[in-house]
Amino acid sequence: MDIDKRQFLKIMGISGALWLGSRLAGGLSSIFGIGDKLDKKALADAGLEISKTLPSVNALKAKQWAMAIDLRKFKTQEDYQRCIKVCDKIHNIPDIPTKQEIKWIWEEPYDAAFPEQHNEYIENQLKDKPVLILCNQCEFPPCVRVCPTGATFKRKDGIVMMDYHRCIGCRYCMAACPYGSRSFNFQDPRPFIKKIDPDYPTRTKGVVEKCDFCAERLDQGQMPACVEVSNGAIIFGDLKDPNSDIRKVLSENFSIRRKPELGTQPNVFYII
Amino acid sequence: MYDSGKIITGLVIFIGIVTLPLWYNIGKAQVKPEPSLDTPVIQQMKVKHCIESKQFMIDKHMELLNEWRDAVVRNNQTIYMSTSGQYFTMSLEDTCFHCHSNEKKFCDQCHSYVNIKPYCWECHVKPGEEIANGH
Repeated sequence: MDIDKRQFLKIMGISGALWLGSRLAGGLSSIFGIGDKLDKKALADAGLEISKTLPSVNALKAKQWAMAIDLRKFKTQEDYQRCIKVCDKIHNIPDIPTKQEIKWIWEEPYDAAFPEQHNEYIENQLKDKPVLILCNQCEFPPCVRVCPTGATFKRKDGIVMMDYHRCIGCRYCMAACPYGSRSFNFQDPRPFIKKIDPDYPTRTKGVVEKCDFCAERLDQGQMPACVEVSNGAIIFGDLKDPNSDIRKVLSENFSIRRKPELGTQPNVFYII
Repeated sequence: MYDSGKIITGLVIFIGIVTLPLWYNIGKAQVKPEPSLDTPVIQQMKVKHCIESKQFMIDKHMELLNEWRDAVVRNNQTIYMSTSGQYFTMSLEDTCFHCHSNEKKFCDQCHSYVNIKPYCWECHVKPGEEIANGH
């Protein structure tokens, strides 16, 4: 068959228009739900048509979880250690006695925890008082802003959460956090865990970790472990609920937060 | 043909190197993977049934686990409703390993056969490992 240039261009033009038309029709049909049938079939083939994931009925809910640490009730070293030990134990936190240590909840002297509050002549009771430090679960968390992979993110209930599956170990979050709440796994933590709790994963070399307000316990209807063992010295609740325990405690007592001038809106309050 | 001796020798050496993996594995017949379901918990089950159908679990367990991890870690969800309407806690440790407590004879069978190395175990604790590592 002989075709000249004009015929060739016509054929190309028509077939091009047909191809484009079919693409558009495909796009429109999926918009108007004509294509739904196919998708459902694919889902059914995968067995995912009816199955679904849901939150536990026991899960504790809040708009913004917050914590108040009543330092007046922390009298002996035992009071601090009880909270720290239980956290270390249930979260498989390794005991590394060097600068590569991993910390979720720990003690700092008052002047290190609240440098801007401190002065040389501060009352004796506070001068050498250890303060329980943990992630502040900020309302505007700088770590979340800088994370390049979304590995650290804010849950709907305000908890600043870590997804270790996505962490690439860049440590931007550690540089961004003004509270030093984050620790990096420079090495495999497992040899430094005395007894691994099989109910909670350990971490791996190259990820950053921190306190997450026991998100896994809240999702199952339990209070954070440190709150549970504190004998009422740590109060936990929904900051956005005016009738919650924590709002009551905060409205009746003078409380301070760490570095509030930075505007991160920390959600850990200290009653001194 | 000029230099036929050199060329043919070179070709033989080249083919030898390219097919080295074949020579290397010759005689090392891979054992067909046979994941074992012989664990105390499974033995006691009246109806031996995983959370979904066997074929689905074989084909899609990786996708299911991926769905679970995002649901649990990122969406506060802990419960999985299966196709048959049963509820399960989405947990590798508490749900999967509760029955499949024989990781070496179950998971590793196929994973070794197809030479994939899932790194789940770098964080998630293998059944029985808490005792092995304790000191």
